[in-house]
Amino acid sequence: MPRNVVHKVEIERVSILDEHGNYDAKLGDGLIGDADLVRLYEAMSSCRYLDEVAFKLQRSGRMGTYPQNMGQEAGSLGAAFILDKEDWLVTCYRENCGLFWRGVPMESILLHWMGDERGNAMPRAHFATPIAVPIGTQMLHAAGLAWASKYRGESRIACTFFGDGATSEGDFHEAANFAANLDLPVVFCCQNNFWAISTPGRIECSAPTVAQRGVAYGMPCLQVDGNDLFACVYAVKWAAQRARQECKPSFIEMVTYRLGDHTTADDARRYRDQAEVDIWKERDPLIRTRKHLEQKKLWDSSKEEAMQARVKIDVDAAVVRAEEIASPAAADLFNSMYAELPAQLAHQRDTMQTHSLASEHGVRTTGH
Amino acid sequence: MANLNLVQAINLALIQEMERDDRVIVLGEDVGTNGGVFRVTEGLQKRFGEKRVVDTPLAESGIIGTSIGLAMGGLRPVPEIQFEGFLGPAYDQICSHAARMRTRTRGAFTVPLTIRVPVGGGIHAPELHSDSPEAIYSHQPGIKVVMPSSPYDAKGLLISAIRDPDPVIFFEPKRVYRAVREEVPEDEYTIPIGKARVVCEGGDLTVISWGASVIQCMQALEKSSRSIELIDLRTIYPLDLDTIEASVKKTGRCGVVHEAPLTAGMGAEVAAQVMERCFLHLEAPVQRVTGFDTIMPYYKLELNYMPDAARIALAIEDAATY
Repeated sequence: MPRNVVHKVEIERVSILDEHGNYDAKLGDGLIGDADLVRLYEAMSSCRYLDEVAFKLQRSGRMGTYPQNMGQEAGSLGAAFILDKEDWLVTCYRENCGLFWRGVPMESILLHWMGDERGNAMPRAHFATPIAVPIGTQMLHAAGLAWASKYRGESRIACTFFGDGATSEGDFHEAANFAANLDLPVVFCCQNNFWAISTPGRIECSAPTVAQRGVAYGMPCLQVDGNDLFACVYAVKWAAQRARQECKPSFIEMVTYRLGDHTTADDARRYRDQAEVDIWKERDPLIRTRKHLEQKKLWDSSKEEAMQARVKIDVDAAVVRAEEIASPAAADLFNSMYAELPAQLAHQRDTMQTHSLASEHGVRTTGH
Repeated sequence: MANLNLVQAINLALIQEMERDDRVIVLGEDVGTNGGVFRVTEGLQKRFGEKRVVDTPLAESGIIGTSIGLAMGGLRPVPEIQFEGFLGPAYDQICSHAARMRTRTRGAFTVPLTIRVPVGGGIHAPELHSDSPEAIYSHQPGIKVVMPSSPYDAKGLLISAIRDPDPVIFFEPKRVYRAVREEVPEDEYTIPIGKARVVCEGGDLTVISWGASVIQCMQALEKSSRSIELIDLRTIYPLDLDTIEASVKKTGRCGVVHEAPLTAGMGAEVAAQVMERCFLHLEAPVQRVTGFDTIMPYYKLELNYMPDAARIALAIEDAATY
């Protein structure tokens, strides 16, 4: 008997505003109003400037390791813009732009990378989970959060962000499988930036697209130009609608590029060619958005100048606020371990700087 | 009041908490239609529906990771991991997220989660179905670790665990599941996490144990002519150091019994704490009767691995006559 085709897969790609300024009005019009587009451009510019400042802070010893977001601003921003304010945003660490749009203060993110847990103490009203460091683990939390919302009959969905490297992790596959099989309203957004530190995409995924990974779990999948704010908004709108109306997950591959190093501790020149970086600099989401605004007569160089001045004031003020926060008390490392501190932990806290634990109980000890 | 075994007592606790609080949901592999491989969740899905008793895909990290999300989203998930040998795939979610969430967000996000896990050997199970990993999770700050040895304690402790605002791993000794029956009140009651139980009082020697080993200790005690105080820790973390200290200061001699391997087992922590708190009262070194630093053997040799009444009795004599 002949082999029969039982299933065929096609992956669609959406691009609305490309790096040459071509704009697909049919798909793009109505997605983002003019005033919003100006605000979104300003948000990306602000995030970009923060990256520059953060880099200098790290280099001058005022901040620890920091992962620049440069080049990847459009994806999370597009999602935060089009989602409801009370939809969960479950991110890793290259989604600052979306978090700031949601209202997370810049100083929170700075504080986190300055080595202070209080940076993660984000008010629940932002519906943004704290930065997730272990790669590819947070998508399961998004599935759980979406599940809790479905359980209570709320319309809130969860949108989660992760990189292409994260799709190699088992937890990604478990999250996709849970969300698809248990009908959970999740939007999976993979920011494919081609590099997991020094590991190229071909070592993370042999399939022609990352998007098709979602197909294996029965999810509709879409690839978009991840540096195209319009395409990102379009895709998340599409997926969010399916999540809200049908209570089902979708998978979006946002093709983008990390213009900077993985973190300030990395040197990308060790593993990738400058020529490749230069190509992607041309595809920068900020440049094409600005050009588009100028074409629409919504922007000019004097507005740009005024905006850059505003951004500088805002970001510099956030840095001042972050640096002005006094160091935590030493005892703080204990105080949030449990709702109620166990006696032996309270004892460790209360004796941390005075004497050994044994001497408390009348045992002779040496060395203090 | 009914005469229940451990399985029935845990089942009753789950029913009562699910009736009391609709944020409580049960999830895991085979927990629904099948009632769990040990039948601990028997009848729950029929009673509370598929929405609250959920058969999940076969993926332990997925079960715990989604439970973390459920808990952050305001529910009180009670996931089951089928056997302790399969807790490993969820280790990252437990230790990198559940345990850390409260402190790394300074209380902005919390994970009220109770992970039920059958534990330990003695039931002729296949490999990886008989381990005792309680020390591994007690070493991880941010979680609580509970292991009852009796139906009465199991009911009261499970209710406390479900109501606890922090993540709890609730180990259920398989060997005790159907081995012991006792009166378990129908009425609601709780047993505080972090409080040990003095099983029987005595003046010559303190024996400290938990889980199924408590039963082995009781057998050893029955054969001994000495006056022995037996303490069932019930909670492995946080340890009830006050109860341990009071007892050892009274008896001056102490033994610790557990199924898990010797090295860096919780017996080591108990021994160190006894040294710090009771040094001048001790008349003998702390004795440890434990599993060996070997892989838990297949079941033909499992009884040679686990502490039994004879080994415990020898240690009691060593400590008493030192």
